[in-house]
Amino acid sequence: MKYVAEYRNADLVRGVIDEIARTVTRNWVLMEICGGQTHAIVRHGIDQLLPPEIELVHGPGCPVCVTPLEQIDRALAIAATPDVIFCSYGDMLRVPGSSDDLFSIRAAGGDVRVIYSPLDAVKIAQENPDKKVVFFAIGFETTAPANVMSVVQAKMLGVTNYSILVSHVRVPPALHVILGSPHNRVQGFLLAGHVCAVMGYWEYAPIATQYGVPMAITGFEPLDIVQGILENVKQLEAGKTDVVNAYPRAVTFDGNKPAQKMIDTVFIECDRKWRGIGEIPMSGWELRSEFDAFNAEKRFDVRAITTDESPLCIAGEILQGLKKPHDCAAFGKECTPESPLGATMVSNEGACAAYYKYGRGLE
Amino acid sequence: MCLGVPGRIIEIDDSGDLRMAKVDFGGIVREACLEYVPEAKLGDYTVIHVGFAISLLSEEEAQESLAMLREIVDLEAELGSE
Repeated sequence: MKYVAEYRNADLVRGVIDEIARTVTRNWVLMEICGGQTHAIVRHGIDQLLPPEIELVHGPGCPVCVTPLEQIDRALAIAATPDVIFCSYGDMLRVPGSSDDLFSIRAAGGDVRVIYSPLDAVKIAQENPDKKVVFFAIGFETTAPANVMSVVQAKMLGVTNYSILVSHVRVPPALHVILGSPHNRVQGFLLAGHVCAVMGYWEYAPIATQYGVPMAITGFEPLDIVQGILENVKQLEAGKTDVVNAYPRAVTFDGNKPAQKMIDTVFIECDRKWRGIGEIPMSGWELRSEFDAFNAEKRFDVRAITTDESPLCIAGEILQGLKKPHDCAAFGKECTPESPLGATMVSNEGACAAYYKYGRGLE
Repeated sequence: MCLGVPGRIIEIDDSGDLRMAKVDFGGIVREACLEYVPEAKLGDYTVIHVGFAISLLSEEEAQESLAMLREIVDLEAELGSE
């Protein structure tokens, strides 16, 4: 398939890895932000093919992993309400809340549906006027354009039985938390290609300069990833701290302007808690007050929630690149994809799930 | 969720409220919304995220970066064979 096959060409990938090996003279720690890239790296064995000087640690870019427990518990409470049809991206269904997950709500008779596009949830609302349809609008900058369009569409069509439970986060504020930590080890970043496709990459140069770290906007195929690593290593070896676009076929400096405009129409920046990490100022989006009628938190009585997180789970440290999945005592023992303690073991963008699936760090 | 997949636009439908398309992902065809890529036309390749096209792929940029990588790899092979 075009734009896929040529980026999986093993000879080219090996050639670029050889170039990395020829360029590197000392140890460097790089972080890939996006959990989709974590899975590609482990799946294609890139972590094992790189020269030993390069260590990859895994970032917070796993939407369901960082969705705060409170918000999952609210989702569970809403989904268990009579006359509600609760719609979600599939990844979310097995993520553990304090006591349940969405699957168990469904097993107990709740109407929980997996949807592909948020527009499907609006359609479900139109087809079920006697039900309240709630969509769990989670994600980073990549899902925001789709999620906000569902609200605009519902408003335009006069669909009054549709609302969204928002848990949106943005990448740049998380970079400040990672780089500002006294324990930080990350010296260069593979930036999430599709986040930048939406938002552009003008936001990152000031962060690169402030903390003195290079960054490369990186795609998702093996060749994209090794190219992103090479761009980081070249800069690190030369003492540079630029933001390089290593995914120019999909990303421009300004990003997708119509999408940004629509996000800005519907969402406003807000403080947001990240699961395992804590509250990060102005790191999220929520609905503007003009859209209160579509805000599930305003329509259902779920403000007061007490949560109960597993004390064994170290997902928060893994999501900040401070630890690896196999540093966790519960990894592969108390915590498996069948019986997960934390969201990083569930999601196909979670680092623990990637390590478990491809046998990294398992005895 | 962030693993947007590249697909080719094989049909565009402007008849509804939103500009929609059928997109072919190597044999699997799905519906996608084109509202955020108004310049999209039949045959274009696009990255789709949760049912929305967020970016059109640039053939020119793709060829340029592939050529650059091939150059690196070829140069290396030449140096290695000396």
